[in-house]
Amino acid sequence: MNSVAATQGFQPYWYLVLAAMVFTIGAVGLLVRRSPLVMLMCVELMLNAVNLTFVTFGRMLNDVGGQVIVFFVLVVAAAEVVVGLGIIVAVARRRPNATIDDVSALRG
Amino acid sequence: MCAAIVLIGACGVVLSKHPVHSALSLVATLFGVAVLFLNENAQLLAVVQVIVYTGAIVVLILFVLMLLGVDTEDDLSVDPIVGQRALAYLAGFALLGSLLSVFIINRDALVTGRRSVSAALSGESSNIALLGRQIFTTWIFAFEITAGLLTVAVIGAVVMARRPSSYEPLPEPESMDDDGYEPEEVEA
Repeated sequence: MNSVAATQGFQPYWYLVLAAMVFTIGAVGLLVRRSPLVMLMCVELMLNAVNLTFVTFGRMLNDVGGQVIVFFVLVVAAAEVVVGLGIIVAVARRRPNATIDDVSALRG
Repeated sequence: MCAAIVLIGACGVVLSKHPVHSALSLVATLFGVAVLFLNENAQLLAVVQVIVYTGAIVVLILFVLMLLGVDTEDDLSVDPIVGQRALAYLAGFALLGSLLSVFIINRDALVTGRRSVSAALSGESSNIALLGRQIFTTWIFAFEITAGLLTVAVIGAVVMARRPSSYEPLPEPESMDDDGYEPEEVEA
């Protein structure tokens, strides 16, 4: 085993379990809620769970690659939020109190 | 402790009726994840998490929330697809069960394969120096593509944020502005 994990009492198992639980909560929220903003927040939750998993596995493998990938996930999350909020504002301008079903108004 | 904060925040995002409460719960979750990053010796990522997520993304979400009106509550009484919510909870339990079973079955061998392929995490240099060297050498093409992605996202946001009324002089059959025109479809 890797020496860092052995010396500091690092328990990756519980980090992975926590990440799985957060990911599941985000996924259920994405399916249950209808407000587009809350759905966006649930996507952020899922991305954070995956980030935690990346860092934990990188720590277990004693590799810096896991942390590098988290950087790219952060950038993609920022771009996703920018574009998603643009779509939400564009829909809400036409229909106030829009739910996610009204995104079909953007068609054509 | 931090795990409890993360979990409570995550539940708060999903369960709270008011979107502002969801956003604040999201802040709690993100801070908790940042502390967990610190716990895992990812100091730079913890700082970046606080700055980018809670400093930029959640603030952006809150701005849009204020722009659209803060009193837009989600009405969870109507079910757009019959049985969608029950199916969602079922899918959630299935997902959690499968993920946890993978972790439980492989508890003693969670990772396989070679260690320290790109660079060792426990080297003599600091976390920031290690990450910077990796990003600008091994991952340089991904870094460049990321720059392109950000540019495309910014241009897309600017294009979408323009008011459609600037296209008014064009010969449109139906005006595009907010005159209360509703299509014929029935709102559920």
